[in-house]
Amino acid sequence: MKKIVALVLVLAMLFTSVACGKKDEDANVIKIGGIGPTTGPAAIYGVATQYGAQIAVEEINALGGIQFELNWQDDEHDAEKAVNAYNTLMDWGMDILVGTTTTNPSIAVSTEAYEDRIFMFTPSASSPKVTEGKDNVFQMCFTDPSQGVRSAQYIIEKGLGTKVAIIYNNADAYSAGIYEGFKAEAEKNGVEIVSVTTFTDDTATDFTAQLNDAKTNGADFVFLPIYYTPASLILAQAKSIDYAPVFCGVDGMDGILTLEGFDAALAEDVMLLTPFSADAQEEPVQDFVKKYEKLAGEKPNQFAADAYDCVYAIYNAIQKNGIKPGMKAEEMCDKLIETFTSADFSYTGLTGSNMTWQANGEVDKAPKGYVIKNGAYVEL
Amino acid sequence: MEFLFNLINGISLGSIYAIIALGYTMVYGIAKMLNFAHGDVIMVGGYISFCAIFYLELPPFIAVVLAMIVCTVLGIIIEGLAYKPLRDATSLAVLITAIGVSYFLQNSAQLIWGSASKSYISILQAEPIRLFEGQLTIKAEAVLTIIVCVIIMIALTLFVNKTKIGKAMRAVSEDKGAAQLMGINVNRTISTTFAIGSALAAVAGVLLCSSYPTLMPTTGSMPGIKAFTAAVFGGIGSIPGAMLGGILLGIIEIFAKVYVSMELSNAIVFAVLIIVLLFKPTGLLGKKISEKV
Repeated sequence: MKKIVALVLVLAMLFTSVACGKKDEDANVIKIGGIGPTTGPAAIYGVATQYGAQIAVEEINALGGIQFELNWQDDEHDAEKAVNAYNTLMDWGMDILVGTTTTNPSIAVSTEAYEDRIFMFTPSASSPKVTEGKDNVFQMCFTDPSQGVRSAQYIIEKGLGTKVAIIYNNADAYSAGIYEGFKAEAEKNGVEIVSVTTFTDDTATDFTAQLNDAKTNGADFVFLPIYYTPASLILAQAKSIDYAPVFCGVDGMDGILTLEGFDAALAEDVMLLTPFSADAQEEPVQDFVKKYEKLAGEKPNQFAADAYDCVYAIYNAIQKNGIKPGMKAEEMCDKLIETFTSADFSYTGLTGSNMTWQANGEVDKAPKGYVIKNGAYVEL
Repeated sequence: MEFLFNLINGISLGSIYAIIALGYTMVYGIAKMLNFAHGDVIMVGGYISFCAIFYLELPPFIAVVLAMIVCTVLGIIIEGLAYKPLRDATSLAVLITAIGVSYFLQNSAQLIWGSASKSYISILQAEPIRLFEGQLTIKAEAVLTIIVCVIIMIALTLFVNKTKIGKAMRAVSEDKGAAQLMGINVNRTISTTFAIGSALAAVAGVLLCSSYPTLMPTTGSMPGIKAFTAAVFGGIGSIPGAMLGGILLGIIEIFAKVYVSMELSNAIVFAVLIIVLLFKPTGLLGKKISEKV
């Protein structure tokens, strides 16, 4: 008998809490849901996106017009937990989703968001699979292949390398994706690729074989679509075998100067093609960096800037298409899709100028080129 | 020329494996246990020397000595707290404990130094060696590693064969019970072995991080497993076997990477181990009567 009473009480509680969740739907704010890993091994990315989005929401609310409310949920970089987080946000009455931060959870959540017609804007999930076949899912970051294509175009435009070597991590979808895009575009434009070598996470210590291959094939430009830790090893080992081509990284290279113990002299003249760098001197970037440092106690990475841009791009779109608090989420979703894919909508933010979006949700923007001089980034 | 370049790189990598493998093989020979935490002692050695050079700005030589002292003490503590109480337990219990110690060290390192990787500062700030009018460039670290490996090999052989403790170690490895009856302090001999093994791990850590300048809480795992493979390859329990196994493994790994496939290099290394064990189940030099330490 006691058990039944307890059960009834629990059920009653459950219903009332659900009812509570639905009650404040007509409040005068637009509810932005956010999902990303704020704990666990990928926490560094989730925390960055959360803070980035938070700063944008605070700034927008201070302007006094349309008010945003941000609710960030942790997914621990786990697809199942991300769907749970998504359901929590749906119960809360989410209008628009900024997330998720990482790729695999994003793929899972995007399927749900597509069915529920919730506008989903991921700051940093870079696989094309996130947006594939879903008209309401958009990306702020490059897809991996398009980052490769854009990097190749940049190098060709500026005439930076004649004989190119590539070293990439073929156990990593990010690295391999950029490589594929880069290779296709470079070959199309007649750039000579003289050496392509790979490594995996287990063999990411000894790069002498890869570097020697590039060296003996006469490469004068080495493209590194990899993260900064293996890149730091490559730079050190290249020096120790007397090999000094132009090294060029992508956004994963950003952070190399913050590596503890790293000799900045090794990175002298290294190039980076990245949409965002906290070391860039532009006014809006420095303003954001200051606010972020105050909030998080460290420099923001690209993920933070991506999330910041997501919120602002949504804000700009709302200014244009007249979305109001209290509208149904489906209605907002349709209006936002229309605005984002319309020919006259573009957005300039921290991670790019005049960004536009294709119907498949991919962003069109150009990476900025930096070169490291005396331990600081100088725009090319 | 390319062949020579790869050969020297292989020997250099193999020398590091050999020094680590010595730690595995000595402990196995005497305590009959696989100390899977050995790879993580290497990582601790790397971090200690890194801190000494980067934060305390000590000269590299002092940093190496400091790393050796800390690792020796650590090795003795691990042996005393984790392994000694299990002296009469099944080997499976000891093995699981060793894996536990390994995770404990990794997570402690993550707690103390953070999970972000650090860039190691080579203890040898020297120009590379250029031969044949610059056609062949050898890393200074590679030469240092090979020299240190040879010195350790000679010193250890002399130690085991000529000193009293060495004699005790050989006796314990052959028959623990009989050695005890002859008045040898078995526990102290085992502790000494751990101390020596851990000091060698510190040296290996410094050399490993100098050649491949990155430092993470998991830095020691993969080299640890490879060195264990090398010890088995050469015949576990045998000192010359660990040396031979380590160097061969290094050469096989680099050659597999260059001439066969970058992706399959690790698979090839382990495949070679399987093939050798099929024909020589005790490893290359692991004869039954061979001197075990």
